[in-house]
Amino acid sequence: MSRAPLPYSSKILELFKNPKNLGRMEDATVSAVAGSPACGDIIAFYLKINEDEVIEKASFESYGCAANIATASITTELVKGKKLEDAWKVSWKEVADEVGGLPTLKFHCGILSVGAVRRAIREFYKRKGEKPSWLHDELTSEEKHALEEEELARVLSKKLATIQAKKIGRK
Amino acid sequence: MFESVEKLIKAHERVEREVYLDSENSSVVPAEVVEAMVPYFSEKAYGNPTVTHKLGWMAYETIQKASERVAGYAGASSIEEVNFTPSETEANNLALIGTALANRKKGNRIVISEIEPLSIIFSSNILEKYGFEVQKIPVDKEGFVRLENLPSAVDEKTILVSIMLINHEIGTVEPIKEAVEIVKEKNPEALFHTDASDAYGRIPVNIENLGVDLMTLSSYKILGPRGVGVLCVREGVNVERLLEGQIGTQKLWPGVENVPLIVGFVKASELAFKSFDQNVFRMRKRRDRLMSGILERISETVLNGPRGDKRAPDNVNISFLHCEGEALTIELSLKGVYVSSGSACTRLILQPSHVLTAIGREFEEAHGSVLMKVTRYHTEDDVEYVLKAFPQAVKRLRAISPIKGGAG
Repeated sequence: MSRAPLPYSSKILELFKNPKNLGRMEDATVSAVAGSPACGDIIAFYLKINEDEVIEKASFESYGCAANIATASITTELVKGKKLEDAWKVSWKEVADEVGGLPTLKFHCGILSVGAVRRAIREFYKRKGEKPSWLHDELTSEEKHALEEEELARVLSKKLATIQAKKIGRK
Repeated sequence: MFESVEKLIKAHERVEREVYLDSENSSVVPAEVVEAMVPYFSEKAYGNPTVTHKLGWMAYETIQKASERVAGYAGASSIEEVNFTPSETEANNLALIGTALANRKKGNRIVISEIEPLSIIFSSNILEKYGFEVQKIPVDKEGFVRLENLPSAVDEKTILVSIMLINHEIGTVEPIKEAVEIVKEKNPEALFHTDASDAYGRIPVNIENLGVDLMTLSSYKILGPRGVGVLCVREGVNVERLLEGQIGTQKLWPGVENVPLIVGFVKASELAFKSFDQNVFRMRKRRDRLMSGILERISETVLNGPRGDKRAPDNVNISFLHCEGEALTIELSLKGVYVSSGSACTRLILQPSHVLTAIGREFEEAHGSVLMKVTRYHTEDDVEYVLKAFPQAVKRLRAISPIKGGAG
C-alpha cells in the first residue's frame, strides 16, 4: 500500500517505448504464460524452435508495468539464436543487467520472464517426449517464483472475493 | 542508479503541452503563493515566535493572523482551535493516536471507514496493537459509508469515530453531518474526527456546521506548499502530543514554527476561497469534460466513485481494463500528461489501492486505475490535449497485452 521510488534505467524506458520482438507468434513451436492479471503482471512467450533445438524466433506479450515489458523484451533478445540448453541457462540477473539494472521492487519482473521461458522449454521437451540430461525435474528458483506469484494472486483474489461477498451479504 | 534517472528524465521528448493532473500526490505551488512566502525566509518574521525580540514578535503576529484566517475559513470559533502540523499525515496521526491516548479512560473503541487515507488506517493499526479495538465501516459501490452499519458500531466504549469528508482517491463526498448525528445519538461522549483535506476549497467546509470535534486540513491539497497541515480541535477536546520537545505557539506539535509555509498555506486558502463558486464551477466543468471524454472515447473503462454533486469537483478516477496502470502513467508521462495509478505495480507491497478494493473492484480493475485531479488553473485546451493523449496510450498498451478484451 505504500510506495517506493522507481528510478528506471533509460534502457527500460527505451524498451518500453520500442519493445523488440513484441506480439503473438502464429507459427510458434511452443508458448508459455507466467504471472496473473490479479498480480498486475502477466507475460506470454512464444518460441520458434528448429530441428537443431535452436530458438530461431522469440516474441512476447505483456500485461504489466514498464519493467515487465522491458524485461520480457530483453529476455526474447537473450534467448534468440541460442540452443535450448543455453537459453535455459539465461538467468534473471543477466536479464536485469541487460536492462541496465532493476529497482529491487521489480526484480520479480525479471524472474517471471526467465520462469516463463523455462516453462516453454520444459513444455517443448514434454511434447517431444524426451528429456535432455541438463533438464532436471526439480523446478528452478525462477519457475518456483512464477508459481508462487500465481499462487499469491489466487489467494489474494479469493480473499478479496470473500471479503466483498461478505459485504454484499451485509447489505 | 541516479545517473540513470537523469537519463530517464532526458528520454522524455519535447511535447506540445504538459498537463499535471497529480495534485493528489503533490501539487504545483502557484507563483502568487510562492511570492507570498519568500519574504518570510530572509526579510521578515524569521524569528522564533516565543522569543522576546522584534523578529520573534513578528513571527508571533504572523502566526496569530494566519490562525485567525484559517479559523475563519474552517469555521472554528477561535485561533486556539487551529493547530499547525507538518502535514495532513501528522494531523491525522494526532487526531487518531493523540485523541485515543488522551481519552483512553473513557473507552477503547475506535471506528473508522474502510477507505480512510493510510495515515488514518495505519494509525488505527498502531492503536489496535496497543489494545484499542478498531472497527472499520464498509462503503457501498460508489464509496459512500454505509451509515446503517454505524449505530451498531458505536457503543458507550467508543471514544472516537474518524470518517473523511471527501475520499482522496474516488472523490466521494461522505455524509458526515448524518454520521455525526448517528454517532452522537448513540454516545454523546464519542468524539468525531474528519479528514477534510480533499474537501477544503472544493465544497463548503465548516467545523461548526459539520458538528465534528476534530478536523484535518492539508496545505498542498489546495495548491499550498508541502510541509504544513492543520488539525482543528474544538474547545474542550483533549488530544495528547505524540512528539515532545520545545513547545511554542503550537500546543500539539513541538519545534520551531515554519512561518513561511504557514503563510503559504494561508495564501493558498485565500486564493481558493476568493472566488470559491467560480473556482468550483471551473473545476467541475473540467472534471466532467475529462471524465465523459475518456469514458466516451475509450471502451472497457469503469468510472470509480459517484457522479455529479456527490463527487469532489476536481476528482476523476477511471479503470482501464486490460491495461496496467503503472505502464499507463509512464506512457502518458512520455506524452506530457502526469497522472498516478492505484495499481499494485506502483506499491511497495504488491497490492492495489485499498479504496478501490473496498468499493468492490477486482484486482485487475484496480491495477488499471488512473487518478487525476484538475485544478482551477487547467484550461479547456489542457483537457482536450489529455483527451487526445489517452486513447493512443491505452491503445498501445492494450496491443502489447496478452489479455484481450471484447474490443481488443
